[in-house]
Amino acid sequence: MNITTLLMTVVSTSLIYSAPLIFTSIGGAYSEHSGIVNVGLEGIMVMGAFSSVVFNLKMGNTFGAATPWLGLLVGGAVGLVFSLMHAVATINWRTDHIISGTVMNLMAPALGVYLTKLIFDGRGQTDILQHPLATVTIPLLSKIPVIGPIFFTKTSLVAYIGIFVSIAAWWVLAKTRFGLRLRSVGEHPEAADSVGISVYAYRYAGVLISGFLGGIGGAVMAQSITLNFSATTIVGQGFMSLAAMIFGKWHPVGAMGAAVFFGFAQSLAIVGKYIPVIKTMPDVIFTIAPYLITIIVLVAFIGNARMPEADGSTFIKAK
Amino acid sequence: MTQTPAIEIHHLVKAFGDFKANDDISINFYGGQVHALLGENGAGKSTLMNMLSGILRPTSGQIKIKGKEVVLHSAKDATVLGVGMVHQHFMLVNAFTVLENIILGAEPTNAGRLNFKQARQKVEAILSRYDLDIDLDARVEDISVGMQQRVEIVKVLYREADVVIFDEPTAVLTPQEIDDLLEIMRKLAQEGKAVILITHKLQEIRAVADITTIIRRGRVIDTVKTSECSAEDLATMMVGRPVDFDLDKPDIKPGKTILEIDHLNVVDKAKVQRVTDFSLDIHAGEIVGLAGIDGNGQSELVKALTGLMPIASGKVAVDGKDVTHATPRQIVRDGVGHIPEDRQRFGLILPMTVIDNMSLMTYTEAPLAKHGIRNEKAAVELTEELTKKFDVRTSSIHNTAGSLSGGNQQKLIIAREMSRDPELMIAMNPTRGLDVGAIEFIHQQILDARESGHAVLLISYELDEIKQLADRIAVIHAGRLVATESAANLTESEIGLLMAGDEIAGKETATNAD
Repeated sequence: MNITTLLMTVVSTSLIYSAPLIFTSIGGAYSEHSGIVNVGLEGIMVMGAFSSVVFNLKMGNTFGAATPWLGLLVGGAVGLVFSLMHAVATINWRTDHIISGTVMNLMAPALGVYLTKLIFDGRGQTDILQHPLATVTIPLLSKIPVIGPIFFTKTSLVAYIGIFVSIAAWWVLAKTRFGLRLRSVGEHPEAADSVGISVYAYRYAGVLISGFLGGIGGAVMAQSITLNFSATTIVGQGFMSLAAMIFGKWHPVGAMGAAVFFGFAQSLAIVGKYIPVIKTMPDVIFTIAPYLITIIVLVAFIGNARMPEADGSTFIKAK
Repeated sequence: MTQTPAIEIHHLVKAFGDFKANDDISINFYGGQVHALLGENGAGKSTLMNMLSGILRPTSGQIKIKGKEVVLHSAKDATVLGVGMVHQHFMLVNAFTVLENIILGAEPTNAGRLNFKQARQKVEAILSRYDLDIDLDARVEDISVGMQQRVEIVKVLYREADVVIFDEPTAVLTPQEIDDLLEIMRKLAQEGKAVILITHKLQEIRAVADITTIIRRGRVIDTVKTSECSAEDLATMMVGRPVDFDLDKPDIKPGKTILEIDHLNVVDKAKVQRVTDFSLDIHAGEIVGLAGIDGNGQSELVKALTGLMPIASGKVAVDGKDVTHATPRQIVRDGVGHIPEDRQRFGLILPMTVIDNMSLMTYTEAPLAKHGIRNEKAAVELTEELTKKFDVRTSSIHNTAGSLSGGNQQKLIIAREMSRDPELMIAMNPTRGLDVGAIEFIHQQILDARESGHAVLLISYELDEIKQLADRIAVIHAGRLVATESAANLTESEIGLLMAGDEIAGKETATNAD
């Protein structure tokens, strides 16, 4: 394996593995900027993964090549509906955010497997997808010397979309009225209320956006990596996204960067055996690497980061 | 007056259950005037203002704005009608810039995109008109409290308010900042705005208000021209009985040295030197008032003395016993009482009951505990006795400390600390945010402590308080002791200069008097 091919493999597997985390972590950032902690991202990803797989298998013949892309939207829509539960619980009923999120995380895999058994004649996992999100070689860009083969050949288009979404997400948060108001309800809801901003409406918006993006993240995971749905389709990616968001200091582009880094850590498990120095290391190290790195990063960075001031708080409007 | 009032209130009533917080209140507020609402805590001033700013709705009665009857459903309704409120607890987002805070909720946009340029022009026009100096790009968390308040004022002006309500605006300000604020109020009135000042501080009213309405127990007692009333008259109307401004302070000969602070240095976590080479002695039967502008090392000094912050070098002794590196608990047991700066964060555990809070310092000792097991009955008895003695008002001692009013919270702390009969009492801003009645009571307690032969270190941002109580006055500036003088030898303006770090010409002041 020559150096260019090796780099191409590292880059493309990193991107493939980071794509689900990119979408989900941006979603997490939106929820937390509105003041709602969303540890239910894991559960949201499970529902997104499940629904996209079912859609992909059932409608693949109808939509052909467009199926996995439509599957992303289906996953996003289902994630959004699922996150509504978190919104109602935390915003209206003032449930502890962590408890509500944990309930979602416990509920989603069970619900997914149960529905899978109902839909697919009692089997605990689905068939393999016929229309996955395949890697693509981007025309023109892939012709650029050196960079083209490494970054734009047999790569993950959806990850590039994720990178674009992260920049757009930052722009919306920083430069628009919607973004300013969303952040204000997460920083100081009483202040936002005092100038006539609906804290509840903006918090709903934050949570539902996280549901939509988390659902897409799950759909990306199922349709480009596991290629089916089972109880083990999503194994910690939601929590990794949460970690990426914190590592990225609640900034969408920072979260994306962290997600790419975590994707790289995960890709080591696959490409590690081709890289000279480290290929002699035992497999188990590569398998645990992403989780280990997540923990180390969290411990090292969580103290420095500045989270939205009213994150995790409930707001009661005066009557 | 032929002018139409900016706001008219007719027979306004607000009832919470059987309790009438506002009972048949009628007042007219005119443009071009500063109109003060004077009343003790709980008199119903805030309820009234919350109705004017749309936060609460009246039970009955009528509000007219510029001659037209209105019903306000939300803060936004009031804003649209030109009524703006500068809140006591600032409604500012710390992480946002000043400009973002000002425009929040009324942002100029181009298709959803914030138009900062247009916003900046409008805000800068306001700043120059009222001669205000604010850095629009600074983050709110990085600017001083006085500056934050100016941001609140600009927020109201940006929304083109004709009526500006100030709710207890000076509680958190330094003397200099208070002067600046009063100047701004005058300017607003000159521009034709109706300025409403809610306060219980007579001095401010005397300085700035044209008209004063006194409210007691939800009723209007009287509306008077401020210039025609003395401070005593106003206080009597507010409290409902004559208030004694001149505290009875017998001469006491100071006894032995109780607190010795010897070349104390305190460095904070960020490695910033907060207290430098600070030496001070306090004797039995003596009150030493430490004057200084907020943030000049007072908090750190108190924390170091009470064991809440490590001492970098130097020595502290209480009644001859070295407590330089003692734990807070040891210091408590060695006879130090502490009325902390922030009663809610350090003085009390708000979610716990009055009984538990009263027991906080002594729950491990007899009679509150036996063999490590708490004696609830003894705690209840102690609390009943102390709440009565120190006039802590609560419907039940089983209520949480958080449910008490600010004044009663403070009395609870004072009851707890004084009842332990400490050799040394350290009190930091003990009357901050309290009304005249409560202040009078607390001052009397501090004087009682002095009379029973205790040493008192009183740290206060209120010069009046220090002048009234202290036998000796010490001034701290930038973490250093810049002067200690017998209270009679310093005038208020001299203290003010020392606080600002200036020397007093022609006067010799002791620096770090050993």
